[in-house]
Amino acid sequence: MEDIITAREITFGYPKENNQIQLVLRGVSLTIQEGEFVAILGHNGSGKSTIAKHMNAILVPNEGTMTVCGIDTKDEEKLYDIRRQVGMVFQNPDNQIVATIVEEDVAFGPENMGVEPSRIRELVDQSLEDVGMSEYKHHAPHQLSGGQKQRVAIAGIIAMRPRCIVLDEPTAMLDPKGRREVMRTIQRLNRENSITIVLITHYMEEAAKAGRVVVMDDGQILYDDTPKHVFSHVRELKEVGLDVPQATELCYELRQAGYDLPEDILTEEECAQALCHLLERGKAV
Amino acid sequence: MLKDITIGQYFPGQSILHEMDPRMKIVLTTVYIIMLFAASNPLGLCVSIPFLVLAYGVSRIPAVMILRSLKPVLPIIIFTSLLNMFFIDGQVLWQLGFLKITLQGLTTAIVMSIRILFLIAGTSLLTYTTSPIALTDGIERLFSPLKRLKLPVHELAMMMTIALRFIPTLVEETDKIMSAQKARGADMESGGLTRRAKALIPILIPLFVSAFRRADELALAMECRCYRGGEGRTRMKQLKIHSRDIFCAIFVGVCFAAVIAINLWAPVVLTMR
Repeated sequence: MEDIITAREITFGYPKENNQIQLVLRGVSLTIQEGEFVAILGHNGSGKSTIAKHMNAILVPNEGTMTVCGIDTKDEEKLYDIRRQVGMVFQNPDNQIVATIVEEDVAFGPENMGVEPSRIRELVDQSLEDVGMSEYKHHAPHQLSGGQKQRVAIAGIIAMRPRCIVLDEPTAMLDPKGRREVMRTIQRLNRENSITIVLITHYMEEAAKAGRVVVMDDGQILYDDTPKHVFSHVRELKEVGLDVPQATELCYELRQAGYDLPEDILTEEECAQALCHLLERGKAV
Repeated sequence: MLKDITIGQYFPGQSILHEMDPRMKIVLTTVYIIMLFAASNPLGLCVSIPFLVLAYGVSRIPAVMILRSLKPVLPIIIFTSLLNMFFIDGQVLWQLGFLKITLQGLTTAIVMSIRILFLIAGTSLLTYTTSPIALTDGIERLFSPLKRLKLPVHELAMMMTIALRFIPTLVEETDKIMSAQKARGADMESGGLTRRAKALIPILIPLFVSAFRRADELALAMECRCYRGGEGRTRMKQLKIHSRDIFCAIFVGVCFAAVIAINLWAPVVLTMR
């Protein structure tokens, strides 16, 4: 697999008053391969959104290098080559929809890239189909629910046929139903269209669905592993102000109380299974 | 209550007028305006009566809509008619002290009122049958030759589109802020004009702050979608001139020719200024 995003020892800070620099990223190294589904976790101010903004050259590192699809993000001439390959979805769906009609908005990216009109039509129809919003293509954005708007925003990105999509807390402003819709869409895009997904989130249940979880704290990477391994560090995660999925937490508490349960439980089904298993064994004894 | 605001005055439908190319509609509306003012003979003005009746008939816009569009201009019409009636010299019909009504004044007043009424009724038809987005699109393409004169045509059209896109969002937001301020005890319904105007401040300030924040985020999102102005940009929807557009253009052309012909050869029924 090819590396799509490579960060080497990147440092980034915002200038403060009195000529000092407020460091947000302190020497982060991270490699993301094509086709991966990576979740980046961290509490507010951990630098997770800042690293996301480095992935399509909205920000460039002060020190270190960021390479996206083989292009150094400092190369300003190739800025749009990076942006057409790495799309970005933001938190508030209202603030990223440009046009007054759904299909016109999805066409916005390809139009900017100068794609042939007939080809744009194909891309728009296909993208709306991919996110399951085809029947709403003539609607105005304000007639849609939050989850639907966010799916339109995602369609607007995939119409540009990117290799990777970076989603910066795409579900933070949605209700549970909208959150489920968006997560399902993201997972399907990763699985069926083999688009690399980088999901910035603070919902543990969402992170548990990724193939790999990166935990950030104070501008540094704390863990970078599979969800099962990362969430087995219940105590350490709590120390940096993060939660673990509820099922994991329940098993952790039971384990603390002396019950014999495995460490790598993430979903409710796994938890239920483990508990049933435990009860059966209890009966047998 | 704020939800009732409609954007523009688009009246959806599927008539030939709705489906016409927006560029052609804008051009023909301009021709229609010229036609109204070119008709120096009242008989010429009469040509626009069947024209308007036909246009409204074809578009299936209810007649009530015409009245609604005329309502705001009524005071202007009355005011200009009064001025015309009393202050134009000529053959005196009626006199009371310094006030006098002349034949010429009366005709001018009537002709001017009809002109303004027809002007509003005709141009409203453009906004009734064209969605704001199509209108913006039409304006952008119609004026695109002006790009050579360094006029930011694309940018202006983009601004219009974004404004239209954000009206419902900001209306919703205003509603929310008003409820929030009311919940904090803000009083917006009582008091005199100044007090009410002052009561708007706690609504406008949060609204402005949020609008700026939205603009900032939108700009970022647009950049991420490779937006870099109108250069090298293609459009998904291409505008095409169909036979119906040509048909309507011919129709308007014939009407215009009729007006000119009447101007030249028809006997002058009433002398006009």
